[in-house]
This record gives sequence, C-alpha cells and structure tokens, in this order.
Amino acid sequence: MTATNPQTGKGQAKTKVMTMLEAINDAMKVEMRNDDRVVVFGEDVGKKGGVFGTTMGLHEQFGDNRCFDTPLSECGILGAGVGMAVYGMRPVAEIQFLDFIYPGFDQIVSEAAKMRYRSGGEYTCPMVIRSPYGGGIRGGHYHSQSSEAYFCHTPGLKVVIPSTPADAKGLLISSIRDEDPVMFLEPKAIYRHAKDEVPVGEHTVELGKARIAREGTDVTVLCYGAMVPVCEKAADLAQEEHGRSVEIVDLRTLVPLDEHTILESVKKTGRVVVVYEAPKTGGFGGELSAIIAEKAIEYMEGPIVRVAGFDTPFPYSLEHLYMPDPKRVAAGIEKTFVW
Amino acid sequence: MAAKKRSKKKSRKAAAEKAAADSAPAAKPQGLVRLLEDDGSVAKGKDPGLTEETLLYLYEQMVQVREFDRRMLMLQRQGRIGFYGPILGQEAATVGSVAALEHRDWIFPALREGAAAMMRGLSLTEAINQLIGNGADRCKGRQMPCHYTVKEGNYYGMSSVIGTQISHATGAAMAAKIRGDDIVVLGYMGDGATSANDFHCGMNFAAVYKSPCIMFCQNNQWAISVPLSKQSASETLAQKGKAYGMPYVRVDGNDILAVYSVTKEAAARARQGDGPTFIEAVTYRRLGHSSSDDPSKYRDDAEVELWEQRDPVDRFRVYLEKKGLWDEDKEAAFKDDIAKRVNDAIAAAEKEAPPEDETLVTDVYARVTEQQKEQLAEVLALEGRGVNTGAFPL
Repeated sequence: MTATNPQTGKGQAKTKVMTMLEAINDAMKVEMRNDDRVVVFGEDVGKKGGVFGTTMGLHEQFGDNRCFDTPLSECGILGAGVGMAVYGMRPVAEIQFLDFIYPGFDQIVSEAAKMRYRSGGEYTCPMVIRSPYGGGIRGGHYHSQSSEAYFCHTPGLKVVIPSTPADAKGLLISSIRDEDPVMFLEPKAIYRHAKDEVPVGEHTVELGKARIAREGTDVTVLCYGAMVPVCEKAADLAQEEHGRSVEIVDLRTLVPLDEHTILESVKKTGRVVVVYEAPKTGGFGGELSAIIAEKAIEYMEGPIVRVAGFDTPFPYSLEHLYMPDPKRVAAGIEKTFVW
Repeated sequence: MAAKKRSKKKSRKAAAEKAAADSAPAAKPQGLVRLLEDDGSVAKGKDPGLTEETLLYLYEQMVQVREFDRRMLMLQRQGRIGFYGPILGQEAATVGSVAALEHRDWIFPALREGAAAMMRGLSLTEAINQLIGNGADRCKGRQMPCHYTVKEGNYYGMSSVIGTQISHATGAAMAAKIRGDDIVVLGYMGDGATSANDFHCGMNFAAVYKSPCIMFCQNNQWAISVPLSKQSASETLAQKGKAYGMPYVRVDGNDILAVYSVTKEAAARARQGDGPTFIEAVTYRRLGHSSSDDPSKYRDDAEVELWEQRDPVDRFRVYLEKKGLWDEDKEAAFKDDIAKRVNDAIAAAEKEAPPEDETLVTDVYARVTEQQKEQLAEVLALEGRGVNTGAFPL
C-alpha cells in the first residue's frame, strides 16, 4: 500500500498495516540493521521475544550479541545500559513494566540524565529505555502505573509517548538516533488497539513536535498515549451532545515539549482540558496547566480543567472508575463552558 | 577521677590496637598477596621484575599525588577550594592498578582515584581547575571537587552516588566484548560500596556475561564513620567474588608491587576472554572521609598510627633505595620539583575566570531547549544578581 508521508505531507511512502506492537518491533529491526551499535536487552526479550512480543524475532535475526536476555534486575539493566552508552553503543533497554523501574531509578536520574552535563560534554548517554506503561488492562497496582511525571521532572531526559502505530515507529527510530537518553513509554493498553498504515523501512518523527490529532475551534484537549483514543471518543460525544468542536493535541513528546503548538491551539479556542491517567496531584497535566496560565491566561474563556487518575494507588477491581474515560473527558469539556 | 579517665583512655587505646591488628592484612584469613615486606625487601623469586623506568614511574606518581593531596587539603582549609576528598595512604592501590593496564583500557573511578586521572592525562592545573570549578574546568564547574573527567584517557566522569559506577564498568566491558575491542575495564569502589545495590547488579552482570573487567575494591576500612565490621559480616570482601562465580584475590593494597601484579594477571585473564576478577586491596584511609569530616570523633589515633607505619610510599622508596634506583639527593630534588609544579598549577588555575553564565543551560541535552533559553534570559535580564556565596555546610 502507499500513502502520504505523515511527516512531509508529500511523497508516496510505502506503508503496511500494523498494530503499535508490530510497529515498535519494526522500528527496532530497522535500526538494528542500520546501525550495528544498537543492542536490545532486558528480561525475556531474547528467544521469547518479550512478554508482550515487542522484541519478537530480534534474537533470531540479529543473534546473541545484539538482542539478549538479562538477569532479573532493573538496576543492572539500566546500569549496564549506561556503561554501554558511555562506551559508544546505542543501547535499547527494555523494562518489562514501568511499575518495576524503580530499582533502576537512580541509574536514570543520577547517572543517565546527568552524564553530559556533569562531564562538561565529554561523556554522553544515548540510551533508549523502553517500557510499557498505563492502565485499563486489569493489571492492578504493579502493572498499570503511569509515572511519566517523575522522568519529566529530571532535566537531561527526554520523554516520548506515542499514540499511533506510525508515530510509535517514527518516534522510536528518532529516539534511538537521539544523542541523549530517552524514556520511550509505550501505552500497552493500545498495543493491539487499532491497526494503522505504517511507513515501511525508514520512518522518523521529530522529537518535540506535537500532532494535531483532530482539528476543532471551540475547545482544546491536550493528551498523550492511551488517552488520545479516549479523547477522540469524548470529542465525538461533545460534538453529538453539545455541538462542541473539539481540537485534540497529541503531545507525542512531553520533554522536549512543543509549547508552540499547545499555545497556538489554546489561543485559538480559549478553552482547554488536560487529560492524563496518572494520579492528579503532581502529574504532568499540572505542568501543562501552569504553562497555559503563565503564557495564555488572557485568551482563556473558562477554567483550565484537568481530567486525570485518582490520588490513590492504581486499583484493581475499580480501575474503570480510576481511568479517565470518554464520559469523564466529555464532562471535563463541558466544565470549560459552564462553571 | 583523673586516673579512672586515663585508664579508660588506655583501655580504649588497647582495644583500638587490637582492632587495628585484626584488620591488618597479615592477620586476615584466606591469604593475602604480598610481595614487598615492611623493610622494603622482596622474598627470593617473588620480585615481579619491573623495568627501572616502570618502577620510577610508579614511585613518582605516588609522590606526586601525595604532595598534590597535601596541598589541596591546605587550599581547602584556606577557603580557596570548597571541598576535598583526601587520598593519603591509598596511593599504591590506585597507582599500581592503573599502571598494570594499557593506556587504551577504560577506568571507572570512585572518590579517591585522582592519581588515576593524572596518569591518564589530567594535568595538575586541570585538576585544580576542577577543584575550583572555574571556567577552564573540564566539567565546566558543574561538579563538586574530585569529580574529574578525562575523555581522551578513557577516565570516566563519575557521580557522587556510591556504587553506580560498578555497573557502568560492567556495561562498558560488555560493550567492548560485543564490539570485539581489545579493551579491559577497571572499575573502582570502596568497601562501603560493597553494600550498595549496584555492587550486586554490576558484579552479577559482569560474571554472567563474562565481561572483560576488573572490579577493584579499595578496602580502606572506613565509609565515612562506619567501620568495615558494620559494613559486612563476610570474613573478607574478596570472597564475595566467589558467590558471583568470578576469580577473586585479596591483596595488600599498600604494596604497590603486589597490586600491580594481581591487576596485571586479572587484566590478562580479561583480555583472553576469561571474564572478570574481583580484587580486594586492603589499605587504610588515614585522613577523614573528606575535608568536612573529623575522624577523631569515631576512631582512635592508635589505629591511624599503626597504618602510618605501613605507609605504601615509604615502603616502596626503601625498595628502590635497596635496588640503587633512588637516594636522598634524588628524593630531595624530586620533591622540590613537584612542589614547584603544584605551586605553578595552583597559580595558573587561580587565574582562570568562573564559568560563563550560559553554561548553566548547555550540555543538559545536545541542544539547549526553548524552555532553558527562556529561563536563562529571564534571569540574566535582572540586574544585581549577586555572586555565589554558598559553602558546603558540613
């Protein structure tokens, strides 16, 4: 199949229909072929191909040296990854679930993130840390968290969260090519959610550029990852029930943040809802709200509304209440009109 | 009352002497590699037979870093640098191990490996630039003192977190192996770091992947105020290597010939594909943890005095004198020369200007972000922002 290249808007790039999971797998294959410094490692990523299947076939195709299983140690995976990156490799480390990353947190915030700065630019850490995040999969406390804010609060890290198969591939390839450490957080709830056209072979999406997922004129919804399809459904509801024209901005990368696209949209609509599935307090949506309040308050015609997870550990049986859903987001949209 | 106090002091001294004797290398079980005796002699057939050039190089490096160390602590006391982590007593462990490697091999240091940085090309002036944190500092004034970096000498710029560099050394060695490079990685740590989680991760990964590295523990007996006995219940630290499935060796860290020899053997093993080695070098931290620490609060002078008698530099000098390679005249001339070089380096470093304001936001990422530009511009636009008057509060 062919389609318009989503980046350039021109050309007839060849595409293939893929899930996000397949697109992520494809991105790693492309980069492992392109650059022999790229190595993929983590728990169960070898012969098994990952617990979700994102590394399927890599071990078979590239061998033990390029794709390998590690001992069960997040601290070791990330610490060794830092050493490999410093040495000159392009490590792609997988942390099986973002919930399990904390034993290696020190290696991310104290080491990877500060490498370039602390050595005056002598040493760098071009490592990608891939990890599935987020709820809606009956995963309970420890297979559901959305802890991107911790990483956004650490200068030196980039934080990337795709919401479509094509973006997942393009953003992952860009992350692997990036000169700095990247947290590549994968919305596992939509790994197999929808198939989409994904460019075959080379495909990059620039880090730091948001995507207008849907154009609208009345209200802006800011979201990322698995919340994007939720917000799309909410936009349909708001249109049907109240005739609201909703613009959806998919942030794609939280760091670096595309403030320009956010502010342009907010200034156009005068209303904004910020949607994230992490606990409400201290979440990245608070940062987005503050940026808008600082830089576009004179354009606002209603309150900046947050729709988020709860200030609780992630629940098991009641996750349907915890997770923002189309109804909650649609209610949030109405709050910007009626308050 | 006074008599009672005295006798209490006396018994404390006796206890300290006993503790020191127990921690003395020769008193510990599981053997200890030692070549150089206290009187500077080497048992027949045990001399590693280093060239005259190498022997003098080892000695000069030890003496140089000792003088540097002494002067930097003085500068700190005079308020000319903010902090310093002294090396005194550990010169042989560092100099001997680095000298056993090839220059292309990588070094992941901990706090007291300043000598290694110098052996890998850091000039005295550059070292002092780092301690001052001036504009000519390789780290651009971004780190506390003693955090050197020498990229072209494969000397890694560490953090202050204990033990994290152990897994970095492992990772670099794994990478070298994957790439097929003829590189050995030397990772340093202190005795305190053997309690840190990264010790476990780094050692385990190193052994599982048979990576070409040497894990070198400078067991200086103290982690700030915590003695080795509170750090580990293991009979020796060296034996921890066994649990990870790697060769391990316990060496007299104040015997530069022994340190050199065991490191050389470990490097050869790594180079021929036989994986990592764990080395415990038994030595002693004769001064405080840092310029902010007063060890008289937690340990007895008798213990320190005992280790002064095992001085690594004196011991090696006697060896050189016996070999006819060194004498009093050479010693005097060399010390004068080093004193002058340190003086010149201090003068040069103190002339350097502080880092440029813009370096506050560079090197966080390959490119400065829009947000960082905005934050800096906002602050620089303000008048009268003052100067840095901060002082490390310990």
